[in-house]
Amino acid sequence: MSTGRNGTLAIAITLLLALMLEIMPLPDWLAPFQPQWLLLTLIYWCMATPNRVGIGIGWSCGILLDILKGALLGQHAIGLTIVAYFSLKLHQRTRVLPLPQQALTVLLLLLVERLISIWVIGAMGYPAPSLWYWAAPLVGMMLWPWIYVILRDVRRRFRVS
Amino acid sequence: MIAAIVISLTLMMVDHRWNHLERVRSALSVVTYPLQYVVSLPFRTSDWLSERSSTREELFSDRERLQKENLELRARLQKFEALEAENVRLRGLLDSSFSIGDRVLVAELIAVDLDLFRQQVLINKGSRSGIYIGQPVLDANAVMGQVTHVTPNTATVLLITDAQHALPIQVNRNGLRTIAFGTGIIDRLELPQLPNNAEIEVGDLLVTSGFGGHFPAGYPVARVTEVRHEPGRPFATIFATPTAHLERTNEVLLVWQLDTTNSLEPQENTQEAEQ
Repeated sequence: MSTGRNGTLAIAITLLLALMLEIMPLPDWLAPFQPQWLLLTLIYWCMATPNRVGIGIGWSCGILLDILKGALLGQHAIGLTIVAYFSLKLHQRTRVLPLPQQALTVLLLLLVERLISIWVIGAMGYPAPSLWYWAAPLVGMMLWPWIYVILRDVRRRFRVS
Repeated sequence: MIAAIVISLTLMMVDHRWNHLERVRSALSVVTYPLQYVVSLPFRTSDWLSERSSTREELFSDRERLQKENLELRARLQKFEALEAENVRLRGLLDSSFSIGDRVLVAELIAVDLDLFRQQVLINKGSRSGIYIGQPVLDANAVMGQVTHVTPNTATVLLITDAQHALPIQVNRNGLRTIAFGTGIIDRLELPQLPNNAEIEVGDLLVTSGFGGHFPAGYPVARVTEVRHEPGRPFATIFATPTAHLERTNEVLLVWQLDTTNSLEPQENTQEAEQ
């Protein structure tokens, strides 16, 4: 049981770190390339430990992110929920893929979140963002192998299952 | 899954239309404030270090510059005080109300990244310092925006260039009143409600008119940069650039109005002193 508690702590800490990375200030020209850290971490835990991390945790993290970013309550939550659902559905197929193909699947999931997010922005009456808006998922895709390896090491170290 | 989506959608609707969720927000900020604090810590430390490590010569030149500036400002203030007294006396003769003064508090920006699509910043003073929703925020030059969310230790400021911000203004030169809308671009405001024959020129200073009751009258807002008269359209296309350094400020001023009654003749307000 003690490993289970350790594991929970590890998951919580990685998610909190991802939240902090999300609000890390970047220079203006770099801001559109900020990857969706929280989403990447959430996808990993959904795929690696689908019986522990899922829609509920995704939604709660989304609400926290909304408050941190000063967005509409639920704007990120809805995207994270839906992506968590898809990664739970896909986890058995994706887990066995080699890393590059995994990265492509992750790109799709990241794009889904951006799509939902742009829909919310449009519904609120904001002008459409520039094309750089779609750069973040690409950056996320390229970062995926590293994130995967780091989080896998974390998972093995703390024997999260 | 469906439940979570429905809850998110309802939350968004409620949050967008009404203000009922403010309490939820400030309750959850207990969790998020430490995160914001930790993220801004390295930036704060580097600021502190660069302050500590500045050389003697830099400090001397800084001091000299500030002394000069102080002298200049004092000279201008003398004139301003005389004018204010005169203005109050004249208004007393006319029996019209006049806001006597504003109370001001300085706050610093917290170095965290907020949503890319909204123009907003986070400041390090909250409801503990008496900040309230809708409060005007200025920088050293002009109006920056207004407070939209308050938590005990922080507050979110919506800038005047946000696409959902509108600000009642007037042209300082002739008192022409209109509303300035944000465009979502950091250095651009739009004035869509002026007819083609309105008397407005490139370079005109726009100041707050005090209408709507949120902002005190007479603070500078923006300078007109572009006026286009298109014969086919009933309204002119007018753009302005905010005089506040929205991208570069580190410190902001929060204003409390001591007397909230609006003056009826805004064009005769206190900004004579600023000309």
